[in-house]
Amino acid sequence: MNPGSRPDTGNAALTIETRGLTKRFGHQLAVDAVDLAVPPGSVFGFLGPNGSGKTTTIRMLLGLAAATSGTVNLLGMDMPGRFQEVLPRVGALVEGPAFYPFLSGSANLHRLDAAGRHTVPATRRARVDAALERVGLAHAARKRVHAYSLGMKQRLGIANALLSHRDLLVLDEPTNGLDPQGTREVRHLVRSLARNGTTVFVSSHLLPEVEQMCTHAAVMRAGRLVAQGSLAELRRAGSTRARILTPDAGDARKVLLHLGLEPADAAAQAEGGVLVADLDGSIPAEDLVAHLVAAGVRVRGFTVERESLEDRFVALTGEGFDVAQ
Amino acid sequence: MPSSVPAEVPGAPAVPDLALPRRSGLSLMVSELRVLFGRRRTWALLLALAAIPILIAVAVRLSSSVPAGRGPAFLDRITQNGLFVAFTAMLVSVPLFLPLTVGVVAGDTIAGEANMGTLRYLLVAPAGRVRLLLVKYAAALTFCIAAPLTVAAAGAAAGAALFPVGPVTLLSGDVIQPGEAGLRMLLIAAYLAVSLAGLSAIGLFLSTLTVVPVGAMAATVVVSVVSQVADQLPQLEWLHPWLFSHYWLGFGDMLRQPVLWDAFGRNALLQTGYIAVFGALAYARFTTRDVLS
Repeated sequence: MNPGSRPDTGNAALTIETRGLTKRFGHQLAVDAVDLAVPPGSVFGFLGPNGSGKTTTIRMLLGLAAATSGTVNLLGMDMPGRFQEVLPRVGALVEGPAFYPFLSGSANLHRLDAAGRHTVPATRRARVDAALERVGLAHAARKRVHAYSLGMKQRLGIANALLSHRDLLVLDEPTNGLDPQGTREVRHLVRSLARNGTTVFVSSHLLPEVEQMCTHAAVMRAGRLVAQGSLAELRRAGSTRARILTPDAGDARKVLLHLGLEPADAAAQAEGGVLVADLDGSIPAEDLVAHLVAAGVRVRGFTVERESLEDRFVALTGEGFDVAQ
Repeated sequence: MPSSVPAEVPGAPAVPDLALPRRSGLSLMVSELRVLFGRRRTWALLLALAAIPILIAVAVRLSSSVPAGRGPAFLDRITQNGLFVAFTAMLVSVPLFLPLTVGVVAGDTIAGEANMGTLRYLLVAPAGRVRLLLVKYAAALTFCIAAPLTVAAAGAAAGAALFPVGPVTLLSGDVIQPGEAGLRMLLIAAYLAVSLAGLSAIGLFLSTLTVVPVGAMAATVVVSVVSQVADQLPQLEWLHPWLFSHYWLGFGDMLRQPVLWDAFGRNALLQTGYIAVFGALAYARFTTRDVLS
């Protein structure tokens, strides 16, 4: 799937839409012409290695940083121009939780809720209590945040994002600092929110996390969007190849070449030679065997290998611990 | 996050009620004052200010006598009338202690939030940058009112506890009753609060420049010292009427009968100018700044 192509949901209906979104810090392009298209109701994974521009993009989505060029549209409205209408409908966790250490968890949420211009004071206590209950922090509500563990702060940050009904949740690395149990809970929470119609935009550098909870994903690399679409589309975009085990490797090669494929030799096995060919979709894999057999090639083994999402992710972002430049 | 908890938060409106009339900054203002005056640091600042008159009262009580005309103004009158502890303490705290505490509070306004990271969450709430700036300044002004009041109250209390209290002789020679002297103290506290308003605006602006609150605090205090030093240099006489600290010690007119309002008025006008200039600078900076902390 090409970076620029969009899911066919109709642009007006997109929950997040950016066009040519660019952020330059001095000489460095932190975000380079990103066209995000997040369909409503999706759980959208925003993948990329550390330093690939995910958080900077999120800051621009929320109006914390101004774009050098390009536009942002959230819930059908221009950002940051209409932040007063947009942001009350958006819950956010940006670059980790941040709270007043000298206030209790509950007092922190009261404070941040009071900061919103349109929140209803009459329901504040009930909403704060419900949000704390929902992330499993009710027992620590009166404790000062100073005494919270990293995981508890992370939960409190998620509770803050859930203080009101939200149409969009933007969660930047929501499982950072959480134990496996907490990670599982976040996953459940995201799914239950999505069931209720909230669009969830989750950034992560962990592919398994995205595979487990997202319906869609986009991949960032060095400030550029290198892929985006539904997980199925992203998987399809990866290459498939046929692996043929045959004692008649020479004949098989001719057949494959005749079909327009580019066979390559792989390590031979005891039963015969092994040929590998990338399938470009012009010939269905199942027809390949028929062609071979028709040409008198004996086939001992035939497998179609699909590139895993992980292979694809690594292919897109590069491997290893190199932080993107 | 147990699944048994209902998905919808009870009491939350299905959609944010945008039909509600736009609310003032009141909710945020109350919250801001709670955070400011609920903080141990703020109490430490006020306690330090309260310690000044107590220290003066105790020192005078312990020493046999203060020779007339030595030490800060009014000091020699304390033994006859405890209320002068408050006047002396207010005078003593003007050059350094009040600007120091105000510098801490005003320098912390935006930089402190940025440093904790809470600034991004306030803005996403959304607090609105202009509204947040106004609320922060209003809270700093509240501290400017609280600080001299603390000195006055602690001074009156310490003076009354250690010395006799009686009618007060004003600078104009008239004598007023202790009750009216209390009113004059409030008047001086008001004068000092106005005096500190300009410095608060400078602190607010400096606070929008950095994410290191200590830097903004120190810079604000330094600015106040520089202004006072410049006010002492005869070579800079042309500049003196424009320095925000120029009228800081002019509250003696509050101790005349009738009260002379000239200094009060000129001071208020000057401070308004500083509020306008540095408020505008803070606005220009804060509304365009990228919040990256």
